[in-house]
Amino acid sequence: MNIIVCIKQVPETTDVKIDPETNTLIREGVASIINPFDTYALEEAIRLKERFGGKVTCLTMGPPQAREALKEAIALGVDEAALLSDRAFAGSDTLATSYVLAKGIEKLKPYDLVLCGKQASDGDTAQVGPGISTHLGIPQVTYVKKIEEIGRGKARVYRMVEEGYEIIELPIPCVMTVVKEINEPRLPSLKGKMRAKKAEIREFRAEDINADAEMIGLNGSPTKVVKVFTPPPRSGGRMLQGEPDEVAGELAEILATEI
Amino acid sequence: MDYLFTEEQVMIRDIAAQIAREKIAPVAAEYDENGEFPWPIVKIMAESDLCGIYIPEEYGGTGGGITELAIATEELSKACGGIALAFAATALGAYPIMLFGNEEQKKKLLPDIAAGKKLAAFALTEAEAGSDAGNIKTTAKKDGDSYVINGTKQWITNGGEAEIYTVIAMTDKSKGARGASALIVEKGTPGFEFGKKEDKMGIRGSTTRELIFKDCRVPKENVLGREGMGFIVAMKTFDNSRPGVAAQAIGIAQGAFDLALKYAHERRQFGQPISSFQGIQFMLADMATQIEAARALVLSAARMIDSGARDIAKVSAMTKIMASDVAMKVTTDCVQIYGGYGYMREYPVEKYMRDAKITQIYEGTNQIQRTVIASALIKSLVKKK
Repeated sequence: MNIIVCIKQVPETTDVKIDPETNTLIREGVASIINPFDTYALEEAIRLKERFGGKVTCLTMGPPQAREALKEAIALGVDEAALLSDRAFAGSDTLATSYVLAKGIEKLKPYDLVLCGKQASDGDTAQVGPGISTHLGIPQVTYVKKIEEIGRGKARVYRMVEEGYEIIELPIPCVMTVVKEINEPRLPSLKGKMRAKKAEIREFRAEDINADAEMIGLNGSPTKVVKVFTPPPRSGGRMLQGEPDEVAGELAEILATEI
Repeated sequence: MDYLFTEEQVMIRDIAAQIAREKIAPVAAEYDENGEFPWPIVKIMAESDLCGIYIPEEYGGTGGGITELAIATEELSKACGGIALAFAATALGAYPIMLFGNEEQKKKLLPDIAAGKKLAAFALTEAEAGSDAGNIKTTAKKDGDSYVINGTKQWITNGGEAEIYTVIAMTDKSKGARGASALIVEKGTPGFEFGKKEDKMGIRGSTTRELIFKDCRVPKENVLGREGMGFIVAMKTFDNSRPGVAAQAIGIAQGAFDLALKYAHERRQFGQPISSFQGIQFMLADMATQIEAARALVLSAARMIDSGARDIAKVSAMTKIMASDVAMKVTTDCVQIYGGYGYMREYPVEKYMRDAKITQIYEGTNQIQRTVIASALIKSLVKKK
């Protein structure tokens, strides 16, 4: 079973600062990590490989320093890693990013499964996984919490929904995005880290994956971020005290007049 | 301070630190409370390849030595000196095999230890033979191609959980100290049972238990070194393992210190953080200095041992005295900085103080260490003449 895991390098904090001039994230002074949701995708891929054999390849799009995230993935047990890096990719939104990743995945053929985290902890869009499947023209299933069966051309998975879960059967190759309930990711091993140190990471530029210049970077990104701002902190609430009848009346009054 | 670790040593430190931070710290209080054996953590250590960092590559390890063992032990002990002991006491059980085992014994036993599939333990102490190790009563009587072991060992770390035990027993009482031998006994051998599980003051995340031998028969191939070498095996093992205990002590001290430093900065009295008071500042400065000095000694000694130096007994004993005394002093002062809160079980520092105490006692009390150092000093004087 050949599995491709798409990961993203994100700032190691939930408290991101935003440059008010450019509306982009301030990355200086913030350490980078693998998007926590992607670590579940990596773990699931490694477990599937341990069960069925095959190969796990990790793919990311990003600046040269994203190699560090790929090396971390190798330390966890991924076999190979590839980086999609080109100035022409800069400014890509989720549509362009998923296009670039899809083109990269085609370069890594053959594959049986593409795994992604459900979303990235910085952007929180959850659009890239589904975008990849659309660009590749293969089926997708999101929010997977359990892969019950996979092989012989199909997969049977549990998909988390608000009311519980759905059991879905779909043909492979397909794209799955996974939730944190699916497994508990392992820590890197010493032998893995030593392998990562020596590992060669393939690097692809736009022309290597035959990317259409109109589909990548700012050109290929219909999303325009107009403004990014930190919402004002919530002002303190008010406690109403007294007998339930009185309080209910008071509350109705407030709702009617103040809001 | 930068100890100029190799790239591989940095990796080991980072892995051990991550396990300590993410996997051990959240459960340390729970294991301290219930006294269970931390198998889930041992599994994580095994998967991260930590179990083989001091074992040669030809036996499945990654080929490090005492330095790597010390680096990992310190990091793990920062989160819990008890849980770290499952790892460190296995090293104590593995060293006699590495130092005195023949090729066959090493090939048979070390790969499973390196892979973390089996834990090891070392069994010398008895009820009447602590510091006076020569007074052991357990016997191993030769009978044809095997030895028959009888007796009871006490306070054996990893007892009952480990699969592989190095047991020191008298094969010839008439020869005194030269009549002891070291034998490998595996769990499950008929006649080998486990007795009382101790209820300890500290390091409660590790198991300390009696080993009971009743006509326990092991083949003569299980002797480490030669018959009669038991005490040499024990002493040389301790020479190698004491820096590991020292590293455990430093980890305990550093773990407590990190908490106390943070607390001193947060805790406000008289309208300001207590870290702004010189009385607290001097305590913090002294603690940090003592920890760093102990760490420097341990790592220097570890490197000296790894370089193949002879006559390591003295320096090895020095590391244990220094680091364990620092750990006791520092953890006591950390409780002091926490004040009344520090005395409460609800806060984490009193556990560090309880865990620290054992490092002054086991693998040779600090008083015995001083006799080791003094005898080496006097011997060197005699040699010069």
